[in-house]
Amino acid sequence: MQALYAQLLVGLINGSFYALLSLGLAVIFGMLNIINFAHGALYMMGAFVAYFLLNLGGINYWWALLLAPIIVGIFGMILERTMLQWLTGLDHLYGLLLTFGIALIVQGVFQNYFGSSGLPYAIPDQLRGGMNLGFMFLPVYRGWVVVFSLVVCLATWFLIEKTQLGAYLRAATENPTLVRAFGINVPRMITLTYGLGVGLAALAGVLSAPINQVRPLMGADLIIVVFAVVVIGGMGSIMGSIITGFALGVIEGLTKYFYPEASNTVVFVLMVLVLLVKPTGLTGRAA
Amino acid sequence: MTTLTDDTLPATPRAMRDEMIVFVLMALLLAAVPFTGVYPFFVMQALCFALLACAFNLLIGYGGLLSFGHAMFLGTAGYCSAHALKVWALPPELGILVGIAAAFVLSIITGYISIRRQGIYFSMITLALSQLLYFIYLQAPFTHGEDGIQGIPQGHMFGIFDLSKPTVLYYVVLVGFLAGFLLIFRIINSPFGEVLKAIRENEPRAISLGYRTDQYKFLAFVLSGTLAGFAGSLKVFVAQNASLTDVHWTMSGEVVLMTLVGGLGTIFGPVVGAFVIIAMQQYLAGFGQWVTVIQGAIFVICVLTFRRGIIGEIAHYFRRSL
Repeated sequence: MQALYAQLLVGLINGSFYALLSLGLAVIFGMLNIINFAHGALYMMGAFVAYFLLNLGGINYWWALLLAPIIVGIFGMILERTMLQWLTGLDHLYGLLLTFGIALIVQGVFQNYFGSSGLPYAIPDQLRGGMNLGFMFLPVYRGWVVVFSLVVCLATWFLIEKTQLGAYLRAATENPTLVRAFGINVPRMITLTYGLGVGLAALAGVLSAPINQVRPLMGADLIIVVFAVVVIGGMGSIMGSIITGFALGVIEGLTKYFYPEASNTVVFVLMVLVLLVKPTGLTGRAA
Repeated sequence: MTTLTDDTLPATPRAMRDEMIVFVLMALLLAAVPFTGVYPFFVMQALCFALLACAFNLLIGYGGLLSFGHAMFLGTAGYCSAHALKVWALPPELGILVGIAAAFVLSIITGYISIRRQGIYFSMITLALSQLLYFIYLQAPFTHGEDGIQGIPQGHMFGIFDLSKPTVLYYVVLVGFLAGFLLIFRIINSPFGEVLKAIRENEPRAISLGYRTDQYKFLAFVLSGTLAGFAGSLKVFVAQNASLTDVHWTMSGEVVLMTLVGGLGTIFGPVVGAFVIIAMQQYLAGFGQWVTVIQGAIFVICVLTFRRGIIGEIAHYFRRSL
C-alpha cells in the first residue's frame, strides 16, 4: 500500500505540472491563436533561472518562486513583441513552427553549456523532512508542490473567470476588434497574456527543480505529454484544463503502480481512446 | 482565408511541361553523381530524406495538414525492413515490401485517429502518436532498444544487383526515389489532388460541393504515410541500421524544416530542402548542439521572413509553377 500511495503522490505532482502547463497553453491559445511549442523550453528556463539565482546570486527558493516567473515572463513578452505578433492573420501552423524553432534554440543553447545531465537544486530548509500521515510518509516538499500548484491554478481561474481584467481578456478572445473599439489596448493585453502563460510554465519549472533536477531537456518530452493532455481536455475551459491535468497525473501514477511498463504511454493511449469515443475532447467544442 | 502556398500560379499544361523539364534535369543531374566524385553516401542519405519530405509535403502542401509525427512512418518501416532482412533473411525487395506494408497499416490506424480533429489539434495528435510509438519501440524486444538493429545485410536485389557495391546501391536508391517522386507528382496532378487542394483552401465549401472531405484527407494521410515508409525502408540499406533516432520527434521536426526551407506546397521544394539540411548537418557535425540552435534559427527566419521557401521564391519570381 505504501508504494501505491507514493505513486499516487508522484502522479499528483506530475498532474500539477500538467495542469499548470496546459492552463498556460489554453490561455495563450485563446488570445494569440498560437500553440506554444516553446512552453516546455520556457518551463526548463524557469528551473534554470532558479538555479542561477541560488548559485550566482545567493537568492533563495522563495524569491526564485516569485522572480523566475517574472524573468521568464519578461523574456516571453520580448519574444511576443519581436516575433509572435507578426504572425497575426497567418495560418495557425506557422505559430507552431515558429515556437518549435524557439524551443530548439533555447534548448540547444542550454545543452551546449550544461550538457544533458541534471544539476541538483536543494529543497529549501523550511520544506525538508516529512510527515507521517498514519497510512503513508509524506515528504513535506512534495505535499507543498501539490497544494501550491492547486492554489495557483485556482487563482488563475479566478483571475480569468471572475475579475474585470479577466472579463476583458475573455471578451478580447471572442472579438478583439470590438474590444479595441471600447478603448482597451488589446495588443498590450495579448503581450501580458503571453507573459502570464509563460510565467505559469516557469513557475512549474521552479517547483520541479528540487524534485526532478535541472536539465536542459526536462521540458522537451514533457511538452508532448501536455499536448496530449490538451487534446484530451480541449482548450475551451480553464477549469477543464486544471481538472484534466490533475486527473491524468493521477491515472499515470496508478499505472506506474499497477503496470509500470505502460506508465510512459498511458496518457497517449487515453488520448487515442478519447479521440475514438468523443473526437472533440472531453470539454472542448469542435475545432 | 490565409493560405499556405502561392496560388497566383496557374495550373496549366505549360506548368506541367515546366515541371517535367525540371524533373528530367533533376534526374539527369542525380544520375551523373557517381561520375562527379561527390560522396555517394551523402547523396543517398539526402535522397531518402528528400522522399520523406516529399511524402510529408503531400499532406501539408496539398492537404493543409501539418503532421508532426512523420518520423513514426520512417522509423516503423525501417525497423520492420531491418528485422525482415536480418532475422528472417528475406531478399532486399521483400524486405522493402515488409517495411512499406508496416507503414501502410500504421498510417491506416493513425490516420483513422488523427483525421478526427483539424488544424492545430491534428499536429498535436500526430506528435503524441509518434511519441507513443517511440516508447513502444524503446521497450519492444525486436528493436533492441537503445542499441537499435545493427549490421543489416544488404544482399542482392532481385538476385542480381549487389547492394554492397556503393554505385549499384546508389542507382537502386535513385530509382526508388524517382519512382516515389513521380507517384507523388501524379497524385498532385490527378483529380484527387485537385479536390485535396480545394479542401485545403476552403473545407466547408468542398463539403457543400458534395465531397466527403474526411475520406480525401484520410486517403492523403495513408498515401503520405506509406510513401514515408518507403523512404524509411530505402534508408535501411544506406545506413545499414535502424535506431530510435528515426522515430524520435526531432526527426519529425527535421522533416518539417526540410519542407519549410525548400517551400511548402512546391513540387521540388522538399528535395532542395532535404539536400540543404543534410548538407548543413554534415558540415556542422563537429559543432555539437549548435546544429540544433541553427536549425531552430532557420525555423524562426523561415516563418518570419521566408515563408515561400527556396523553390517557392524562385517560382514566384519567374511566375512559374515548380
